[in-house]
Amino acid sequence: MSDVSKKIEPPVIEIGILGWIRKNLFSTWYNTVLSLLGLYFLYIIIPPLLSWIFFDATFSGSTREDCTSSGACWVFIKQNMKLIIYGLYPSDELWRINIAYFLLTVSIIYLLIPNLKYKGGVGIFLLVIFPIICVFLFSGGLGLENVETRLWGGLFLTLVIAGVGIVLSLPIGILLALGRRSKLPVVSLLSTIFIEIWRGVPLITVLFMASNMFPLFMPEGVNFDKLIRALIGVMFFSAAYLAEVVRGGLQAMPKGQYEASQAAGLTYWRMMALVILPQSLKMVIPAIIGSFIAVFKDTTLVLIIGLFDFLGIIQFVGTNPDWLGFSHEGYVFAAAIFWVFCFGMSRYSQRLEKKLDTGQ
Amino acid sequence: MSFSKFSKFIFNRNVQGTFYQAITLILVILAIFYIVQNTAENMVARGLASGFHFLGVESQFDIGMTLIDYSPTSSYFDAFIVGLLNTLLVAGIGIFFATIIGFTVGIMRLSSNWLIAKIAEAYIEIIRNIPLLLQIFFWYFAVLRALPKPKESLEFMDSVFLNNRGLFIPDPIFNEGSTIIFYLFWLTIAISIFIFIWAKRRQNRTGLTFPAFYVSAAIIIGVFIAALTATGFPISFEIPELKGFNYRGGMKLIPELVALTFALSMYTASFIAEVVRAGILAVSKGQTEAARSVGLKEGLVLRLIIIPQALRVIVPPLTNQFLNLTKNSSLAAAIAYPDLVLVFAGTALMQTGQAIEIIGMVMGVYLFLSLFTSVLMNLFNRMMKVGER
Repeated sequence: MSDVSKKIEPPVIEIGILGWIRKNLFSTWYNTVLSLLGLYFLYIIIPPLLSWIFFDATFSGSTREDCTSSGACWVFIKQNMKLIIYGLYPSDELWRINIAYFLLTVSIIYLLIPNLKYKGGVGIFLLVIFPIICVFLFSGGLGLENVETRLWGGLFLTLVIAGVGIVLSLPIGILLALGRRSKLPVVSLLSTIFIEIWRGVPLITVLFMASNMFPLFMPEGVNFDKLIRALIGVMFFSAAYLAEVVRGGLQAMPKGQYEASQAAGLTYWRMMALVILPQSLKMVIPAIIGSFIAVFKDTTLVLIIGLFDFLGIIQFVGTNPDWLGFSHEGYVFAAAIFWVFCFGMSRYSQRLEKKLDTGQ
Repeated sequence: MSFSKFSKFIFNRNVQGTFYQAITLILVILAIFYIVQNTAENMVARGLASGFHFLGVESQFDIGMTLIDYSPTSSYFDAFIVGLLNTLLVAGIGIFFATIIGFTVGIMRLSSNWLIAKIAEAYIEIIRNIPLLLQIFFWYFAVLRALPKPKESLEFMDSVFLNNRGLFIPDPIFNEGSTIIFYLFWLTIAISIFIFIWAKRRQNRTGLTFPAFYVSAAIIIGVFIAALTATGFPISFEIPELKGFNYRGGMKLIPELVALTFALSMYTASFIAEVVRAGILAVSKGQTEAARSVGLKEGLVLRLIIIPQALRVIVPPLTNQFLNLTKNSSLAAAIAYPDLVLVFAGTALMQTGQAIEIIGMVMGVYLFLSLFTSVLMNLFNRMMKVGER
């Protein structure tokens, strides 16, 4: 009897790390083959990559002669860092950009720390007041020296374009979505045509249009800056995509919400602003952030019409005769920076999605 | 009394609606009128004639890669067609590879093998968070431009060569008598479609199954081989050969095309993988369990229950990705692959200055593709709609 009641431990290979490995990697013969293939794949990719990026790389020095090892030459990035971050912005005025970088970083960190008060206030600051401050800081005015936009470049320009694309396109996108859902046939038709045209063409053609056709549209003598033309293109383009995202949220709203607010005597705009939009925007926040990521990646296209954004500057410094042959370093660096931004945004949206999920 | 009548009129919903619409319409018309008038004045000032007469004029520029006969004496319209075909070519090849990679990675992502699933996840998260243009630059400038010279080409099976001048592959040559094989090939395809329809009808009527797939595959392959043997193998391959400093013969794919195809298919594949994964996960587990419990074999469960239901979810976003790939192929302009945007909205626009006509035509092509796809998708959705009870 005592034999039966004795507890029998499970076999060692069924539990713990061994058990996990057996279950997840070597459960059947073909899983074993796949795992071995996967391990081999990682073996031929990861070690050479790591040694190129870190172990064999050169980090210190100031000229290309310092790069004697077989790994990456990060001196190239280090020496061109100022160009990459600020573009050709005058050296004496860099503090203006630094202030903006600082404000942006602080507000974003504040928003990321959980359970702090006044997050809404900081959000409004970031979306409304901060852009206005930036306009004066970057281009001049109010006693600051004017800086022409052709000197703007690098990561700074990328963030400006993405920022404008994101901040201005959201309200336009919301209006377009409301227009498309409107019961007024003219408004709805015009919004639909507008949205579908922008969504149907690639951003490049929009930028070509912005740089070639906008000047024709304006009366004689009125000449827009190249950057502003590109910004208008990016703004409408992303507004059209956002409009469809917002429309998805509006459609997902139960009809009872509309009827209840009408029964309470709210006018159309009050109903939208106080009842429908707050709920439906909350529903589509992850998709909105997805749109923002797309805008951020798409800003690289402005280099085709001759603006030196982050990627454009990296291409440009790579053609400097002193630094020929370091394109790998440039692209890997740019990819890493873009990846951190985009991956960060997508993780943040996943977190928000979980947090905002009120379990309806 | 008249005041209350007036306020009733003003606050009437229909009257308000009409009023707002009239204002919107007037504003839009005024804006368009303003733009048109400015444009007309500007064009007169610049000495530009509007209209499409320029399409018949000699283009006077050459294009690096053409699928049809084209020379600097051809017209601008020919240049448009060349660009359009190059766009469609890179989009077609890109869609083919993106679908294969995307489905593979998407299925890997769902693998019960932890390592394989993680590799697929890493692929997706890395590739889709890096701008496509950067990836195109990487493949073009950092990989293909850095490849060895023709003399030290990378070789595959002694017939495919990759070097910094491009990718060289064997070129099929159709000798006399090969046309009959083509006709026979299409004929067998038609026959197998007929077999499928007949098998389906018979199964609906009598419940008897017919191995339509194997039979038609056997017919197509068998007839093809028989025809080849009977006509004495009229299809042969011309293999590229190293002559002097470059390869001659065979089919040459320019490095721009190769780089663009690589970047486009890898980038789009990361999105397709997510579409595929979502589609497979959307089929509820009960479906699989129910299919097993009625005694279907594992392969049949996949083929008859899971795949048809997953496809219904997968196809609409998948076509959307195909469309995105086609639109993204316009990034070709950045590495000078002669696609529609580079040839027409670039070179032709520079030479003629006909900004409105040219950009209108280019946008029109993409818009047409978008609308065409969405019409197809609406049809598909209507056909595939679940019969709700």
